[in-house]
Amino acid sequence: MADLSVDFVGIKAPNPFWLASAPPTDKAYNVERAFRAGWGGVVWKTLGEDPPIVNVSGPRYGAIHGPDRRVIGFNNIELITDRPLEVNLREIKEVKRRWPDRAMVVSLMVPCTEESWKAILARVEETEADGVELNFGCPHGMSERGMGSAVGQVPEYVEMVARWCKQHTRMPVIVKLTPNVGDIRKPAEAAKRGGADAVSLINTVNSIMHVDLDAMSPWPHTDGKGTHGGMCGPAVKPMALNMTAEIARSEATRGMPISGIGGIETWKDAAEFMALGASTVQVCTAAMVYGFKIVEEMKSGLSDWMDQKGYSRVSDFVGRAVPNVTDWQYLNLDYAVKAQIDQDACIECGRCHIACEDTSHQAITNMVDGVRKFEVIEEECVGCNLCAVVCPVENCITMVPLENEVDKRTGRMVDGSYRNWTQHPNNPMAKQPVAYDTDAALEPAE
Amino acid sequence: MSTHPDIGAGRIPAEAIEAGFGDLHPALDRNEARVASERCLFCYDAPCIQACPTGIDIPLFIRQIMTENPQGAAKTILDANIFGGMCARVCPTETLCEEACVRMAEGKPVEIGRLQRYATDALFSAGRQLYRQGAATGARVAVVGAGPAGLSCAHKLATLGHAVDVFEAREKGGGLNEHGIAAYKTTGGFAQKEVAYILEVGGITVHHGKRLGRDITLASLAAEYDAVFLGLGLQAVNALGVDEGGLANIEDAVAFIERLRQTDDLSTLPIGRKVVVVGGGMTAIDAAVQAKKLGAEEVTLVYRRGADAMPASRYEQEVALTNGVVIRHFARPYAVQGEGGALASVLFMRTALEGGKLVDTGETFALPADQLFKAIGQLFLPTDVADESAVLEMDGVKIKVDVECRTSLPKVWAGGDCTRGRDLTVVAVEDGKQAALSIDRALAARLAVAAE
Ligand SMILES: Cc1cc2nc3c(=O)[nH]c(=O)nc-3n(C[C@H](O)[C@H](O)[C@H](O)COP(=O)(O)OP(=O)(O)OC[C@H]3O[C@@H](n4cnc5c(N)ncnc54)[C@H](O)[C@@H]3O)c2cc1C
Ligand SMILES: Cc1cc2nc3c(=O)[nH]c(=O)nc-3n(C[C@H](O)[C@H](O)[C@H](O)COP(=O)(O)O)c2cc1C
Ligand code: SF4
Ligand code: SF4
Ligand code: SF4
Repeated sequence: MADLSVDFVGIKAPNPFWLASAPPTDKAYNVERAFRAGWGGVVWKTLGEDPPIVNVSGPRYGAIHGPDRRVIGFNNIELITDRPLEVNLREIKEVKRRWPDRAMVVSLMVPCTEESWKAILARVEETEADGVELNFGCPHGMSERGMGSAVGQVPEYVEMVARWCKQHTRMPVIVKLTPNVGDIRKPAEAAKRGGADAVSLINTVNSIMHVDLDAMSPWPHTDGKGTHGGMCGPAVKPMALNMTAEIARSEATRGMPISGIGGIETWKDAAEFMALGASTVQVCTAAMVYGFKIVEEMKSGLSDWMDQKGYSRVSDFVGRAVPNVTDWQYLNLDYAVKAQIDQDACIECGRCHIACEDTSHQAITNMVDGVRKFEVIEEECVGCNLCAVVCPVENCITMVPLENEVDKRTGRMVDGSYRNWTQHPNNPMAKQPVAYDTDAALEPAE
Repeated sequence: MSTHPDIGAGRIPAEAIEAGFGDLHPALDRNEARVASERCLFCYDAPCIQACPTGIDIPLFIRQIMTENPQGAAKTILDANIFGGMCARVCPTETLCEEACVRMAEGKPVEIGRLQRYATDALFSAGRQLYRQGAATGARVAVVGAGPAGLSCAHKLATLGHAVDVFEAREKGGGLNEHGIAAYKTTGGFAQKEVAYILEVGGITVHHGKRLGRDITLASLAAEYDAVFLGLGLQAVNALGVDEGGLANIEDAVAFIERLRQTDDLSTLPIGRKVVVVGGGMTAIDAAVQAKKLGAEEVTLVYRRGADAMPASRYEQEVALTNGVVIRHFARPYAVQGEGGALASVLFMRTALEGGKLVDTGETFALPADQLFKAIGQLFLPTDVADESAVLEMDGVKIKVDVECRTSLPKVWAGGDCTRGRDLTVVAVEDGKQAALSIDRALAARLAVAAE
């Protein structure tokens, strides 16, 4: 059986599945239940200075639903904890004492002064928590008061606060990043410069979930008015994966420990973040939608997959996919695939045809010899994958690589050669145009 | 009926009868409709559309339901099929649209019929009228028969601006929707509500109690009107070919069903203890199931061929079986026996298929019965159109028509059960619609010639 235990910047946990700082970690009652359910650690709901903030008493959450009312995107306008600091600190201490093997990280957000950060760090240290996470991500409410993403969006502030924290505590410092920036690498680099031990990402994405077309206001609303909230859940996962990969492969931040967050619902989601360099993952929405029990599926799924693949510990595969993330300009333009339809699996819905016909390359028939039939016209197929994406039957359409054969669309022999944009004759800036030269297969120079 | 001691009303409690005649397919609620609509793949050139005789744009109306626009969905349906509400209830979808649904590959098609009902119910309960009489063309058209074929034709003609007179022999409109369809398929007086909705368009006058062949003639209609549409249905039944010996309690199934449909309180309708139904179509199934629901103790449906050959679909057969009807195959009645002037038993001869031909095996059996319903097919009644000056060409036993529902007479169109086709409500509706479009084209051409 695979060993799921992790050591994240010195914080040990029996598994990499942690609960993100949010309602599931807001008090001892919830966290106790989470630990009993098997979660490897928690990041306690963000603490702030007293007096505690006040939440709205109208609806705080919204969602977009997929088929069967699955929650695809989740949204909130909640602030940090609304309980007194003292109460939270006492509970953190008690829970950590009862669950010494679980990771207990405390999320913090205080005004942007050294005194404020110094003061709260000292109090957190007394709880014997394992580390702190700096919440530079919250995109609503707190940011209007100069905290949360208002800090996270300015790399200089990120660096400054990270430095203060490293100076004033012996605990590991994790900086939680906001996705509401143009280039995620900048705040990550700033965190590193400030001495932070790790980054965690992403926090929620600015969003309006729906507009109530009767009330003509955002939905949900508070007494007729709405504000943007932060979106999370499965819909944000692709963005979070990209940001994770950017940090993992960027020269300035390569090797910096990452805790992956954003839309993780299953072991597979977690494994994907980990393959892109995250050594632990954090979950919020999935727990809020399904309850804590989902961690059982996550643990057994990850463990079974690791056994199958022969990975004995988590670190065996963390970051394995990073080398295969590259810039567009280094993709092999000599590689070619063609769509192939498995006629036995095809249910003849015609979606591949109409998608390709109306919006792409007119490369799928709808009629062959007078009968309804969907076949790829190889002379037209550019291998774009649209048909496979829209086909309702999984694996009915596959993209088959051409191997030592002529691409019927271009008339070019596809023989395994490598030529990227930097080498392409159509590129006026090409460094070294090459014709059909396999030896020219260059790894991107960085 | 008779005073036979074993035929009585209220055999089972009135509540049980009422429950038994409840909706065969209860309406979908909003959440069920959403889940069902999300299963539709919005196919290209969707096979379900091809399989619907009226060509309803099914993927479009289902998408409209999914996006919370059920009334828009109803418009998509009714534009193609003005009887979309009834069709949603009575179409054998398992042999039409749902059979063609690509999701049959998973064994479970999209529930097109029930979604169609959801949409049309939403429109009718909102009380919204979608159609208006078209600008008057001055043309007048006579429609004979206020069944699905006749009213579909009349409605389309009215929207195109032609004035329509409908001549209907019976006191109520709707044809078999009102008199034939099983009661549990169209509950709550839906047939009449739908007829009222259709007539609300304006420009259609229905003359009840006017029977072609008795009160009016085809020749006079053709002389008086610019065009005539015949939607006469089938008013005769096949003979059993058995000497019924004048025994009481032997009845045509359609007559029994018509009586049933016109009875307000079903607990007052007499039914036998032991009922035998002969036939294998929808009428036989409906008669048997409804007899059972009225409280008959034993209902046996006897069909001369095997299950696969039954005109009633597999699904219909299952409905009969789950309602406790016993189905016996490969037997035909050859005699009846009575007692005191009333039926006592039906004698059957076993049959078998030999080289594709149905033959008697010589083996016989008797089924005790106090009521026998004959459901071996309805026939067109040619005497209705027998007219010395206007001779209609027939195609076998039905009125001969071309693809546009034109008969052999220049001003006369016909459609529905009285012509070729599948004897389904939805086919009759399509015939009426196509005939109306054809009449409209012919009238336009005539006007163009007159103007020259
Ligand atoms: C018992 C039974 C159950 C059925 N169940 C189903 C079902 O579940 N699903 C389905 O799709 N189909 C079903 N059908 C078939 C369906 O009802 C018919 O195909 C459909 O009603 C045909 O429509 P129509 O307009 O051609 O004829 P009809 O509905 O028969 O209408 C004909 C109308 O013309 C009138 N008329 C007849 N002769 C004259 C005349 N000489 N002068 C004036 N008026 C006249 C009649 O009174 C009647 O109103 C069933 C049929 C029967 C008998
Ligand atoms: C209701 C709610 C409250 C949240 N509160 C906090 C918070 O106080 N501090 C914080 O760092 N992140 C907070 N988050 C963000 C989550 O920790 C997490 O980063 C985000 O939800 C993405 O993960 P997910 O897709 O698994 O939910 C909150 C999220 C939700 C839904
Ligand atoms: S989308 Fe898939 S199932 Fe549908 S026709 Fe194309 S290949 Fe067949
Ligand atoms: S009218 Fe009948 S066949 Fe046509 S779509 Fe509706 S239910 Fe299906
Ligand atoms: S065939 Fe089925 S899935 Fe396709 S459009 Fe019709 S109802 Fe929808």
